Amino acid sequence: MRVALVVGLVAAVPWLQAAAQSVDPTAAEFDKFRAVLEKDNPAELFEAKGEHLWRTPGGPKKASLEKCDLGLGPGMVKGAYAQMPRYFADVDRVMDAEARIVHCMISLQGFSYAELAKAPFSNEVRTPDPVSLVAYVAGQSRGEKLAPGRSHPKELAAYNNGKAVFFYRAGSFDFSCASCHGVDNQRIRTQPLPNFTKPDQALAAVQGWPGYRMTGGVVHSLQWRLNDCFRQQRFPRPEYASETLSALMTYLTVNASGQVYKGPGIKR
Amino acid sequence: MTEPMKIRVTLQGDVADVRVLMAHPMETGQRKDAAGKIVPLHFIQTISAQLNGKTVFNADVSQAVSRNPVFAFKVKGAKTGDKVVITWTDNKGEKRTDETVVRAAGS
Repeated sequence: MRVALVVGLVAAVPWLQAAAQSVDPTAAEFDKFRAVLEKDNPAELFEAKGEHLWRTPGGPKKASLEKCDLGLGPGMVKGAYAQMPRYFADVDRVMDAEARIVHCMISLQGFSYAELAKAPFSNEVRTPDPVSLVAYVAGQSRGEKLAPGRSHPKELAAYNNGKAVFFYRAGSFDFSCASCHGVDNQRIRTQPLPNFTKPDQALAAVQGWPGYRMTGGVVHSLQWRLNDCFRQQRFPRPEYASETLSALMTYLTVNASGQVYKGPGIKR
Repeated sequence: MTEPMKIRVTLQGDVADVRVLMAHPMETGQRKDAAGKIVPLHFIQTISAQLNGKTVFNADVSQAVSRNPVFAFKVKGAKTGDKVVITWTDNKGEKRTDETVVRAAGS
């Protein structure tokens, strides 16, 4: 009896330590799979496509995006993603990477917002250009520490607004982002849900998207993921590349700041 | 239109570890589109690899392979500066060839 108890305790300790990450064996198996695939993430194919789009003149104005300022000066891409969302004085608002790329496509290349916002998300046959571009820009911050803007008053306001959105309960399910992602050790079916209010788990919000989703073999952006969260909560659809989404991303990224970004993710 | 492959070679001694990412829809011919029509078969049928012009293997591939597949193999007798050429052809007759140069380990 005593022996069994000791064994039980010893066995329980590693389990408790692991509890914060992935408890269930399905998730553990998938983590192994992901570790193997991280080296050969098909998202890189989309990064290459995005890089080509970045350098190639396009849009009604036949201009490339090489003069696009992602916060580190025109054309500076390396490390820029890890420092977004941030405040941009030219538009007087906080922008996340995709919102900034959309802004550049409008201001430099002459696209219209309506055109870009019409079908902004990927599917099995089509990857919209901003998604490939955001994959490229994100890939250029591989190995960089996350350092989103958190000094300008508008950046602080974005953090607070994002936090308010995160905890805002409404809709037919009386749901908030925090209902799923504000508590430890929750899951939906076999999928463990990270608690984004904790720094180490908030990294999962930033690390996953943009990323390659094996279901369907498509790259999705963080804009798509947050849009889907709103849908799952039965909220009205948020406006593409809007200030609200940038604010929510600011809240999530600031929670994860200081940690190393590994580049576009890979998801099941 | 085909899209470029991503070829990565790492040298361990005289063994080159070659990893290739290919952009391809790899349609199985079983899937239906939104309108309920079957999406026609479209998959990579053959892959061949050359090291300095010498074919090191030919592979026949089926539609069971996933979309945007990863293909990895090791070749003995490789050295810095060697040229690795990968070619695939699919069932629609499309063909794509990309190449890379083996770089020194750690560079």
